[in-house]
Amino acid sequence: MTSTQTNPTTPGAAGALGETTLLRFATAGSVDDGKSTLVGRLLHDSKSVLTDQLEAVERASAGRGQDGPDLALLTDGLRAEREQGITIDVAYRYFATPRRRFILADTPGHVQYTRNMVTGASTAELTVVLVDARNGVVEQTRRHAAIAALLRVPHVVLAVNKMDLVGYAEPVFAAIAEEFTAYATELGVPEVTAIPISALTGDNVVEPSSVMDWYGGPTVLEHLETVPVSHDLAHCHARLPVQYVIRPQTAEHPDYRGYAGQIAAGSFRVGEAVTVLPSGRTSVIAGIDLLGAPVGEAWTAQSVTVLLADDIDVSRGDLIVPTEDAPATTQDVEATVCHVADQPLTVGHRVLLKHGTRTVKAIVKDIPSRLTLDDLSLHPHPGTLVANDIGRVKIRTAEPLPADSYADSRRTGSFILIDPGDGTTLTAGMVGESFAAPEPVRGDADEDGWDF
Amino acid sequence: MTTTVTKVTDGDGGTGGGRGAGSPYALTHLDALESEAVHIFREVAGEFENPVILFSGGKDSIVMLHLALKAFAPAAVPFSLLHVDTGHNFPEVLEYRDRVVAAHGLRLHVASVQDYIDRGVLRERPDGTRNPLQTVPLTEKIQRERFDAVFGGGRRDEEKARAKERVFSLRDEFSQWDPRRQRPELWNLYNGRHAPGEHVRVFPLSNWTELDVWQYIAREGIELPEIYFAHEREVFGRSGMWLTAGEWGGPKDGEVPETRLVRYRTVGDMSCTGAVDSDATTLDAVIAEIAASRLTERGATRADDKLSEAAMEDRKREGYF
Repeated sequence: MTSTQTNPTTPGAAGALGETTLLRFATAGSVDDGKSTLVGRLLHDSKSVLTDQLEAVERASAGRGQDGPDLALLTDGLRAEREQGITIDVAYRYFATPRRRFILADTPGHVQYTRNMVTGASTAELTVVLVDARNGVVEQTRRHAAIAALLRVPHVVLAVNKMDLVGYAEPVFAAIAEEFTAYATELGVPEVTAIPISALTGDNVVEPSSVMDWYGGPTVLEHLETVPVSHDLAHCHARLPVQYVIRPQTAEHPDYRGYAGQIAAGSFRVGEAVTVLPSGRTSVIAGIDLLGAPVGEAWTAQSVTVLLADDIDVSRGDLIVPTEDAPATTQDVEATVCHVADQPLTVGHRVLLKHGTRTVKAIVKDIPSRLTLDDLSLHPHPGTLVANDIGRVKIRTAEPLPADSYADSRRTGSFILIDPGDGTTLTAGMVGESFAAPEPVRGDADEDGWDF
Repeated sequence: MTTTVTKVTDGDGGTGGGRGAGSPYALTHLDALESEAVHIFREVAGEFENPVILFSGGKDSIVMLHLALKAFAPAAVPFSLLHVDTGHNFPEVLEYRDRVVAAHGLRLHVASVQDYIDRGVLRERPDGTRNPLQTVPLTEKIQRERFDAVFGGGRRDEEKARAKERVFSLRDEFSQWDPRRQRPELWNLYNGRHAPGEHVRVFPLSNWTELDVWQYIAREGIELPEIYFAHEREVFGRSGMWLTAGEWGGPKDGEVPETRLVRYRTVGDMSCTGAVDSDATTLDAVIAEIAASRLTERGATRADDKLSEAAMEDRKREGYF
């Protein structure tokens, strides 16, 4: 008979007692690198796999004639995928320790899944890149580093896996860590943490390795638990895209007019002078409601309702910014994009562009170049971008947009292109320069069009 | 309504390393999840004509409604509610539903499975389970009322077919879900475009876990139907679960009813929602019980998900919640 079995020593029990922080992270890698084993071990060793899930995995493993439970099956997906032997997209996993809650965007790592990695990285504050210690930094590793750099993921972990197969030798790890860190730094990745692990034996995944005593850093889980999940707001441009205008028009609130939105970046204070874009009208913040409670200051990523001192025209799609720190508006957007749809993107394509809460008509004026992520080589004027292509585009919008550079603001420097006919999400876009570093590694074919 | 405004120092949940001490501006995990859900509700209010919240009286739909109330306060929630009534609902839950609807001045639509059975459109299944029968009444109600966005309380942690569900999930005019037609969701830029007759299922609790839901209920002081807490109930064993005795079809031959101290971990159709042995009479006791549980809530309490490895995937494709 089913009853709630209890195990008072699970970490989850302690985690239940209080509020912690939330880390969204992504993993990239292939089965060959041991990614599924790593993810399975993180879930399993943090006691996030429950008895009935494990039993389901054991049944499935037995059904396939395997001896023990295959932890990789924990991250297995839909029947549609199993039947076709493919992975359709990003799978989200959830686990918790007493110190933090985690949302893992788990993506397959092959070339044809670039769009999935881009999707997973878009909301991630940390990416785990896996390499096989026997193979070191390979083409796929460079591609994963490039995606993390393009999407401006603030923290990158290099997990050098299968250390057990190279005799746990420090020089092997050190050489790989040095090569990868140099490459990622060149691309502008601000922080790389290299960790020698064995997902199979569990070394340095959750528990510190008893064999690799030459390594003094954190385990993968320790690092995930302690990496900062917020930025120094002093250096952020404050941005509030208006989602909805709240007007109760009741006897109790006859004149209430609040602008609801999630603060995309930075912080706002009552009394601050603000400008509404694209109109350029100005006012002062008279009040901030934080879901029912008046506050003096609010910051990203809080959902708030802002009240202004003046009765000016503000509606969905507008952007509220500090008057002293307003972005320029433009109808000509240059961006790096990842094409995510099966139908191609072509020069002359008429699209919808969604930026923040504003959707405008737009046309693709030019595709100056396509980029191969493996070696960062450039292919000028490809004419079209197909699924999983990364490229540069020039877009003309029907109305001015207050877009930030993606390097400055991931939320307000990003956009998607939508097919106006069938509504398909076509392309993910990042405004401005591609990589943070001034002189990234260049391929042979970059004579034209790539503005770093 | 209570709101906790806390600055926590992130990455400093314990003793290890001191690597992560950082900004005071990190949100707590509940604040982050709440803000994300509110953002989703407001996006739908801004982009759709006629949204509706699926409201079963279960804890997830109760949390959804609470979030919607907060998202638009001090104005009213700009959505109506839709309950798919299997005819086998717990009376405590129906009573709760009607009380909440009245308290907030909401409009409630009901799609009745019993009505479809009475008209001969749907036929009772041999096992008495009515969960799979909800799909047709739900779909027809969506079509008839021209709902273009339908909020569901589904969470990605519930089941592996749900793990790949989008926040905005496109459904065709038959409510069918095609995993290959689903759109990549980048940053927080949701794409709600749909053709006439199609609609979008929206899941504001996508990133919440069962424990998050309970912690949030405790933090916000949200009232729940009492069957979520331990009480004495006449139950009988079937397929490894405690089912409540009643007119819907149990106990049958050889099944012996007995009185036990139980509570419900999920609330659905009486015919396939099992109770668990529990003495948890308070929210804190429930949270401690869930945190220590070694079974998922669906594994512990849902007969319909044990039908096959892909049971949920199949029902989702056909237009289920």
